[in-house]
Amino acid sequence: MKVLVAVKRVVDYNVKVRVKADNSGVDLANVKMSMNPFCEIAVEEAVRLKEKGVASEIVVVAVGPNAAQEQLRTALALGADRAILVESNDELNSLAVAKVLKAVVEKEQPQLVILGKQAIDSDNNQTGQMLGALTGMPQGTFASKVEVAGDKVNVTREIDGGLQTVALSLPAIVTTDLRLNEPRYASLPNIMKAKKKPLETLTPDALGVSTASTVKTLKVEAPATRSAGIKVKSVAELVEKLKNEAKVI
Amino acid sequence: MAILVIAEHSNAALSAATLNVVTAAQKIGGDIHVLVAGAGCAAAAEAAAKVAGVSKVLVADDASLAHQLPENLAPLVAELGKSYSHILAAATTTGKNFLPRVAAALDVDQISEIIAVESADTFKRPIYAGNAIATVQSSAAVKVITVRTTGFDAAAAEGGSAAVEAVAGAADAGKSAFVGEELAKSDRPELTAAKIVVSGGRGMGNGDNFKHLYALADKLGAAVGASRAAVDAGFVPNDMQVGQTGKIVAPQLYIAVGISGAIQHLAGMKDSKVIVAINKDEEAPIFQVADYGLVADLFEAVPELESLV
Repeated sequence: MKVLVAVKRVVDYNVKVRVKADNSGVDLANVKMSMNPFCEIAVEEAVRLKEKGVASEIVVVAVGPNAAQEQLRTALALGADRAILVESNDELNSLAVAKVLKAVVEKEQPQLVILGKQAIDSDNNQTGQMLGALTGMPQGTFASKVEVAGDKVNVTREIDGGLQTVALSLPAIVTTDLRLNEPRYASLPNIMKAKKKPLETLTPDALGVSTASTVKTLKVEAPATRSAGIKVKSVAELVEKLKNEAKVI
Repeated sequence: MAILVIAEHSNAALSAATLNVVTAAQKIGGDIHVLVAGAGCAAAAEAAAKVAGVSKVLVADDASLAHQLPENLAPLVAELGKSYSHILAAATTTGKNFLPRVAAALDVDQISEIIAVESADTFKRPIYAGNAIATVQSSAAVKVITVRTTGFDAAAAEGGSAAVEAVAGAADAGKSAFVGEELAKSDRPELTAAKIVVSGGRGMGNGDNFKHLYALADKLGAAVGASRAAVDAGFVPNDMQVGQTGKIVAPQLYIAVGISGAIQHLAGMKDSKVIVAINKDEEAPIFQVADYGLVADLFEAVPELESLV
């Protein structure tokens, strides 16, 4: 079966972002960018399905600026067969991205669509679910285990109290949680080979998708900083402070 | 216009998260209706009717809604939600699962994890693992929002007397089925609702050593959490994880033991009132957010702390 994986270019997870002085957003100039960690897990899961003989082709798609080609090449180096970039320089909301992905799903007709559960920049956790509503496909969100069996996929999900397993009819959508797998690294030969794999570039317009949004960001501020604390010398002093100064125990 | 709050419940009981969402709805202003969708959920609906500030409870009782599968729940909520100005749910795994599906069905953007209400159309939410706070404005006809429960106080669970009304329209979409559930059992308070949280990290060394934290937690009436490192190392189950990808907590007191304080962990706990860090590395980033820091070996400090409190 064909698997479609969506990946996003985001600021690297180790970067401590700074808010711009004019409060228009966070400063992303000269900041290291990477593939969103949950998307790496999505790519890895698709590659493992291919290695098991369940998936026959992996198509990786990114919606974003031209530079997102880097992340698509990374996915190709990890084992994806071909890539699609839907180029847009505007920062698109989840619904717009879901609409673009729906158009790609209609074009490619995958049996399984794998996304990360959330992007670590906008922290929305929406796109996979929205794609589910737009395509009518069932969804297995926050997946920590995925098993394809015939025309169904069993997804074990991380929920607040523990784990839940659901059975979904294919075609279906899966969004990955951290414990689904441990992504591999791309080897140098595979990085070289990935340069020759096909990468198609489209635009939302070409797909007939409107990316208009009903939400706008008015300002972005730094969070309130905590006032500096003190170091205590002993456990006894700590208990005394918690009881008498902070009054929390 | 009225506000529709989707109740979080276990069919038998209303979950505490719903009370925080009702408070957020009160800040927006308007009649508050609560939808209890489930199977055999009369008790949860009764509890919802008693919540202060709720004017009507809608009950959708149908076998297809037993486990709130989003394929079945979302179409029902989207249909009902058309006549409301706002649809709110808690930003729990349940709320996060079905609500974006509702938003897309209504063709509107969703606003995730709000921590403050500025006005009926303007909200604050954290982005970049809580390292920035965005103020966003929605022009959507129906504003679809998940609420970070730690951002709002709980509404009173008693004192209301809302009318209860049954709603029809539930149907099985036939695309998904519940197979099973494995819930972690714990006698301690729920992590997201606890007043005191004691968390352990990689520094705990192994799962067995968490017994020191359990002993301390029991003495304090606290919940026990963990960093991702502790979960990935298999010390504790993943539903104990605090952080950007785990649970967001904001207790009165957060005690971080053997946790370095990575950005992703801080995202889950830095709104705690008082933070205590116990770590043997005095350079650990956790000390930059801790109100009280103790540079010490946790295997000596934690038992001593337990004996003194």
